[in-house]
Order: sequence, then C-alpha cells, then structure tokens
Amino acid sequence: MESNLITEDKQKNKLEKAFEILKTMASKPSGLIGLTIVLFHVVLALISPYIAPYDYKAISPNTMLLAPSAEHWFGTDSLGRDVFTRTILGGRTALTVTFFGSLIALLWGGLLGIFCGLVGGKIDDVVMRVVDAFLSIPWILAMLLIVSLLGTSTEVLIPALGFFYGKGIVRVARAATHDVIAKDFIVSARARGHSNMSIIWNEIIPNVRDAILVEGAMRWSWMLLGFSSLSFLGFGVSPPTPDWGLMISNARGLMSFAYWSVIAPIVGLSSLIIGINLTADAFAKALGIDRSTKAPV
Amino acid sequence: MNEIIESVKNLSIGFNSQKGKQISILRNVSTNIKKGETVGIVGESGSGKSTLALAMMGYIKQGLFPLKGQCLFKSEDLLKMSSRQLEKIRGRKIAMIPQNAGQALTPNLKIGYQIDEALKLHTDLNKTERDKKISELLNKVRLPSPETMAFRYPHELSGGQQQRVAVAMALAGKPDLLLLDEPTTGLDVTTQAHVLELLRFIAKDTGTSMIYVSHDLGAIAQVSDRIVVMYAGEIVLEGPARKILKEPIHPYTYGLLKSIPKLSLAGLPASMPGSQPQPGSINEGCSFYDRCNLATDNCKKNSPDLEHIKELDTNVRCFNYKELINQNNNLQTSITKKSNNSEANEVLKLKDVSISYAKQKFFDQLLNKISDQNPTVKDINIDIKKGETIALVGESGSGKSTILKSIAGLLKTKDGQIKFENDRILSSDLKMRNPNDLRAIQLIFQNPDESLNPNHTVEQILSQPLKLYFNLSGEELKKNIIDLLKKVRLGEFYMSRYPRQLSGGEKQRVAVARAFAAKPDIILCDEVTSALDVSVQAAVLNLLQQLKEDLGTTYVFVSHDLAVVRAISDRVAVLYQGRLCEIGPSQNVYKFPSHPYTEVLLGAVLEPDPDIKPKLVAEDIVEEKPPEKGCSFQGRCPRKIGDICNSEVPPWQIGENGNAIRCHINIEELASLQQ
Ligand SMILES: Nc1ncnc2c1ncn2[C@@H]1O[C@H](COP(=O)(O)OP(=O)(O)OP(=O)(O)O)[C@@H](O)[C@H]1O
Ligand code: SF4
Ligand code: SF4
Ligand SMILES: [Mg+2]
Repeated sequence: MESNLITEDKQKNKLEKAFEILKTMASKPSGLIGLTIVLFHVVLALISPYIAPYDYKAISPNTMLLAPSAEHWFGTDSLGRDVFTRTILGGRTALTVTFFGSLIALLWGGLLGIFCGLVGGKIDDVVMRVVDAFLSIPWILAMLLIVSLLGTSTEVLIPALGFFYGKGIVRVARAATHDVIAKDFIVSARARGHSNMSIIWNEIIPNVRDAILVEGAMRWSWMLLGFSSLSFLGFGVSPPTPDWGLMISNARGLMSFAYWSVIAPIVGLSSLIIGINLTADAFAKALGIDRSTKAPV
Repeated sequence: MNEIIESVKNLSIGFNSQKGKQISILRNVSTNIKKGETVGIVGESGSGKSTLALAMMGYIKQGLFPLKGQCLFKSEDLLKMSSRQLEKIRGRKIAMIPQNAGQALTPNLKIGYQIDEALKLHTDLNKTERDKKISELLNKVRLPSPETMAFRYPHELSGGQQQRVAVAMALAGKPDLLLLDEPTTGLDVTTQAHVLELLRFIAKDTGTSMIYVSHDLGAIAQVSDRIVVMYAGEIVLEGPARKILKEPIHPYTYGLLKSIPKLSLAGLPASMPGSQPQPGSINEGCSFYDRCNLATDNCKKNSPDLEHIKELDTNVRCFNYKELINQNNNLQTSITKKSNNSEANEVLKLKDVSISYAKQKFFDQLLNKISDQNPTVKDINIDIKKGETIALVGESGSGKSTILKSIAGLLKTKDGQIKFENDRILSSDLKMRNPNDLRAIQLIFQNPDESLNPNHTVEQILSQPLKLYFNLSGEELKKNIIDLLKKVRLGEFYMSRYPRQLSGGEKQRVAVARAFAAKPDIILCDEVTSALDVSVQAAVLNLLQQLKEDLGTTYVFVSHDLAVVRAISDRVAVLYQGRLCEIGPSQNVYKFPSHPYTEVLLGAVLEPDPDIKPKLVAEDIVEEKPPEKGCSFQGRCPRKIGDICNSEVPPWQIGENGNAIRCHINIEELASLQQ
C-alpha cells in the first residue's frame, strides 16, 4: 500500500532499480539464504582454480580412499585424488553450461512464446502442437541420442539443454503475452498506428519480461539437475574433468565404506539447486509475481 | 423498531507500513444499526467503507488489524470471537452479498444445488423442507419459473438474475442483518433498478436490517432509511436519508451531491478540486481541509469531532456546518456549457454501417466478404458535425464499443461506409489508413489502469504519439509534454511518475493528454468516466468540455449513464441490440415523446433523491442476439402493438422537437401515451 503513495517521486535509473530488487530479495530470510548460496558458488567457481590445494587429476595409488584428515579435508577417491579439490572445482562446468543453456532457453522460449501469444489463432495452435510433440519425447532419451551422435562437448550440450528447457518458457511467455495483449494500452497503440515491432518492443516486452526471467531462473535449477544426471550417466562432462554428477556416479559403489567421496559433491550440487530455487522465488516475489497462481508448466 | 442489532464503537482499523509506522484506514468510527433499518454507507473509493462493512461481520482483511474499538452484534464483540464462534453467526445471523456475487457463483454447479448447500450450512432443515425452501427463495427474489430455474447453471442466467440468486443464497439462513457491498455495481441501469427494488421489498417483507455499501448516491438514495457518509476513514455525516440528500450540512457531502450529473439539469456538474488524502498522510486538522471551500485557519490545526445536532437528528463532523443549513436549493444548479454551432460542417459520417463478429466461412474469406444476415450492429446512419459531442447510449451489449472500434479502424465493417472530412471514405482496415487519418482519430478508454502501460512513465506514455506523428525529440519533445500536462491540469513533476503512482483521476487525465497529443480532430471516448469516483468524474467531464471549447475537437462519447450523457452531449443516439432507436439533440431526447426503449432507460435512472423513484416499465431480461426481423426492441417493449413489431422494421419518424424515433407507433400517439 505504501509504495502506491504519491510521494515516491524521482525516477529511478536501471541500476538503482536492480539494486532495489536485490534489496527486497534479501529482506526475507529465504531470499537472503538463496542469494548467499548462489553468490558463494559463483565466487567459488571463479577462484577455485587458484585456491585448490591439489592437482585435481593427479592419480596416486598410495592415497586411495583415505578418510578425511588434516591433509585431505574431504578424504580421497578411488584413484587417490583429493575430494576437496575436485568438489570445489566440480561446479564450474555445470554452472557455465547451464547458465548459457538457460540463456538460450530464455531467448528462444521467450521469443517464440511472445510470437505465439501475439499472432494467436491457427499459427499459434500449430506451433504449440509441434513444440509439445517434440518435447513429449522423454528428454533424457533425446539428449542421449544427441550426445551419442554429436559428442559431449559443451558446444553440443549448451544448445541441446537450452532447447529442451525452453518449452516451459514458451508457455509462460505465451500466457503472459496473452494477458497483456488484451489490455487497452495495446489496442491504443494499434489504433495510433504503431508498427508491430514497436508494439512488441515498447508495450509487450516490458510487461512480460519479469515473468519470463523468473521462469528462466527456475528452469536454471532444473537444468542443473538435468545436466548432472547426464554426467552421472556418463554423457556429460568427460573424465578426468571434475564434475559433481560424475563424482557421484564414480563414488556411488563405494558409498558404504567411503561415504566422504560421495557426500561432498551431493552437498555441492543440492545446495546450488536449492540456492537457485530460493533466489528465483525471492526474485519472483520482489517483482510481484505470484508463482503459486501462475505456473502453467 | 428501536432495538439495536449491531453497534460499532470507536472502531479504528489500520496496518503497519513497511517503515514500521502504524497507519489507520478507519478512524474512530461509531454507529448503530437498528432492527429493520437499512443503512447506506457511501464514500469514494478508498474511504474505508468496505473495511467498515467487513468489520461489521467480524472480518478483518489480511494485513489489517483492529487498533481499538468494538463491533457489538447483539452486545457480543465480533472482533473478539474465535473463528468457530464467528462461523455460527456468519450466514445465519449476518449474511453478506459481496460485489459481483452473481459472477462468483460456482460455474459448474446448478443454481438449486448451490442454494441447497447454503441451506445445509446455515439451517437444520431436512431434504424435503429444503426443496420447498429453495423454490420459496427463488420466488422471493422474483426469478421467473422457479421450478426450472433450480436446474439451470449460472452461465444460463443474466447478470441481474445471477445477482438475485446471490440474494437468495444470502437469505437462506434467515439472517437478522444483511451486508451488501456494491451489490448492483457493474449491472445494467435497468437491471440495477430492478435489483434495488427487490432489496427494498425484501427489507420490508422480512424485516431484515441491511447495510448497503456503495459509491453511488443514486443507488443509496433508493434503499436507505439512514445514510452514513465516509471520507478518508472517518464518518463525516450521518443522519436520515432524506435530510442527508436534501439538506447536506457537511461540505464534502454537499460537494458530492453537486458533482453528480442529474437528468433534470442540462449543464455540467460542479466538480470538487483535489482528491481524497491517502491513508497515513493526514496529520492534523480536518481531513477535508484541502478541498473545502468553507475552510478556515481553525480547520487546518484542529480536527472537528462528530457533533450531534438534535433538531436535525444528524451527526456532522465540521466546524462550519451552520453555513450550510438552509442552502438546499443550491443543489439544483449546474455549469452551462457552450453549445456547438449547428451550422458547422460534417466531419464524420457513418453510412449504413453494419458490423459482424461472425467467423468468416472459408469461401467468404476468399471473396473477402462477411455473410451474416443478423449482424451485431446494423444500419447505423449518423452524421457527426465538427465540434459537436455526440453520445451513444445503451445497455451493455448494445454495440456502442463495437461502433467506436470500427470508427477507429480496429474492427472491419461488414457493410456501409465511414466517411471522414469531405466525404472521403476511410478504409475499415487500420493498416490501409494513412498516418494522418490515424492521427486525426484518437481513442480514450474506460479504465486507465488498462489503457496506460504500467511499465512506462508519464513522459514515455505522452512521448509515444508525439514521436510517432510529429517526430519530436529532445527539448522540443519535453516542452510539448509539459504543455500537454498543463492542458490537463497536471504539473511538470508528473513526468517521471508511473501510472501506479497516480490516483484514478490523474491517470485518466494522462490518458486524455495522450489523446490530445496527436492534435486529433475526433476523439472517441468509451465510458471514460465510469471507472472514476463521482467527484473526479465531474472534474474529468469539465476538463473534456474545456478542451473541446478551446480546441474545437469533436467527441463521440459512449456511455451507459444517461445523466452523464445529458451533461456533456449536444446530441444523443440511443442504441438497442446494435440498432438505432432514437437520435436527436440531447435536450429533446430527454423530453417526451421518446422511443419506448429511451423511456425504459430514462425510467431506470437512479437519482440521488428519495422523491424520484425509478419507473420500472419493462422486464430486465437480457437478450443474447438481436431479433432476425422487425423492431430490435420487440422482445422487451412495454408498448408493443402487435405482429407488425415482429415482422417489419419500423420507420423513422421525426418529432416536432427534432428527435427522430424508430417505432411503429405514431409519434403523436406515443406523445399522448407518455403524458
Ligand atoms: N470479440 C467479440 N466476439 C464476438 N462477439 C462480441 C465480441 N465483442 C463484443 N461482442 C458482442 O457484440 C455485442 C456488442 O458488444 P459491445 O462491446 O459493442 O457492447 P457495448 O454497448 O459497448 O457494451 P458495454 O456497455 O458492456 O461496454 C455484444 O452482444 C457482445 O457480446
Ligand atoms: S471542518 Fe473546516 S475544513 Fe473541515 S469540512 Fe468543515 S469547514 Fe471544511
Ligand atoms: S416498433 Fe413495436 S416493439 Fe418496436 S419500439 Fe415500437 S412499439 Fe415497441
Ligand atoms: Mg463498451
């Protein structure tokens, strides 16, 4: 109610606005925790190559499966590599791949959704059917097919993940556009004779942007899980590059007696997913979007 | 009669602001509801009337909390009760009909079933008793054929009928007190009059006390025994309905009554300056100080108490109320408007215009034609002169907005032509119109919340037409924007505001400014004041009139409100089901003889005067589609003369007053019938 008061006068520039949103997000405990976790992981990913105590690929038969100790904080794995080193490095590929993957998902999902919402009618029907049909194939099978045909390089993984995770964004963008397009300010712009491009750019995008961004943030955490599953199955990052999914996969057989080598990557992965989730939720609330009523997945 | 049912004592309700301040939205409200009495609570949006009504059934909206005071229902404090205790009272002893209650019916359940559920919840009747009760209730709210009605779904009923079902459900538990929050807002004029008549009947028949909350003094006047006027969270005036409406002794109520357009007055209503203060911004002094023309220095520093005046049986919160005693005849005045010069040239002509929403069949699509024998809008012929204000009136669904959209090029016409200046035909397709024609015709919409992009500042909103049509930029653009704001009486500092930071009236001013930015010849106004409070409505009407007199703009003004139309228009066209019924100079259309439909509409107008009761001459049925042949009004016409009305389209007849009427009844006969 207070934000409606006519006293807020000055126009805020973009930076100030972003800062304001961050502040609102951090004002609730869940948002603050989420932001802290994400920030921690991002910083860690940036500095980990410089602070890692050991060489992540140094195999040593003498140090196989050592329990945590002062030298090896999280112990060592079955090849004698330091688990702490591998854990702090293990999020880098996942973060990069899924970050860019999400951007691609946002881009194509957002644009296609806005387009469908805008044109409506038959074209919309057909496009949505095609999108649905494509994506009703279990994504993991399709991913496996793609990586077995094209390899598991990041150049393949990023667009492939981006493609599969864009579907939900198409729906959200389409629904948001539908809502906006019925509003009189669009009719007003059309009646004035603005071009379609100008209407999309000036009237529609500013009003659907928030919903799409929030959805993108949400998809990011799911994509992270998807990517790690691929690694777990051996189709993501190739060894010896450290990666949480891969580490969990390698260590899972030894869980009963060398639990340390599996716990650290699990904590790394799940904390990041939870962090992104909390952040996305706080982001949605700060922008005034109620995800509980608007989640037409 | 004198037994008090519910009594509110020194009630304050507030919320905690983000900065941790306590802000009250109801301040020290006290009032009593007697048995069998109907109390009208009136106030503008944000005055706290709904908060008060809800508190009277022990309900406080989330985020709000009572700061002090009591709501005593039969001497028990509702605000202290547990939710279990409240459940026993709500529905049984106190029932509520919220706004849009009719639309809130569950869509996939039959009417009878829904009433049965209410009966199960609020009474101890068995199945057969309940069945009997259902038809009794449906009868009581005067729904046609109650037997079959119970088996219908909500969407098979009209808006007014749905509202009747809501009333029936509220009556299920035989409540002592019925709360009605804007129960007729959003309904058609004729429907509104019928529902109000029903409520009055029920109050008398069952002896139920009612609290009727509305922003509409016209509706309040029809039902209330007593009226409570709220302003900025306080009661400013309270007393017998007749006294309040005829001799208001509070400056706010006085101004409010003056700002309501009346059927009997040709000019524009006087507007009150300013707008209601926001909660939390009132520090000291009278809350009406900024807008009051009786204010003195004393009012600025001290806030007046609610004072009881014995001889008038009235409570008033004003230091200077004595100046208003015996001023009543002043209420019947209005601001005369300059009428336009009737010799002017025609600027827009609608010739035989028909518009259809029917889907084109494939074959017709190829030929680019629409084959619909019974289009939504048909045979519209109107010539609009430069500088005049022509109003289109009619109930919801009469095709008013449809016609406006076609003029704006947003909707293709089926037949006929729209001619602009010197008989040049305007394409009915927006894309085919040249930029100058697009500029010349601008639109203003009903709801500024929808018509202004919430993510744009006022500056961005106003710069759109200026950039598009005149390629302005930089300093020149800014200068033009400031000029426009000045024209609509807004200051330069509004430029950086977002629509959410403006009040309703300010938003609509921005929308008006945006239309004028194009330097248009014609402005199409679609219900531009219906989303606004009356005092703000008067200001916007005066602004539109002023701008028109200064700039010579032509208005096509769509409204369902006959009193507003009377105030602003030079000429009126009455529409029913997309067909013209009557057209003529406004002072004549409001005189008899008129078309039977105009008569029905005029009869249903609710005036803020207890002595002027609506005349309900026709049923408030809603027709889905215009009839295939004959007169468009045949389905509801109270003066229908026979088969000819069903089979032949009536001819135009011109009355001696200059209004043209389309009816089979001879115009002189019509005049004598309506005497
Ligand atoms: N997009 C549409 N598709 C089909 N029918 C429509 C459409 N829009 C309006 N109609 C119908 O056309 C008729 C006229 O509608 P219109 O909106 O012009 O009425 P109106 O007089 O402006 O009513 P209101 O006072 O409710 O705004 C109505 O029967 C309505 O149901
Ligand atoms: S107290 Fe003063 S300011 Fe308030 S309504 Fe009365 S005259 Fe006006
Ligand atoms: S033509 Fe007949 S139905 Fe139509 S308005 Fe006249 S009397 Fe009524
Ligand atoms: Mg309309």
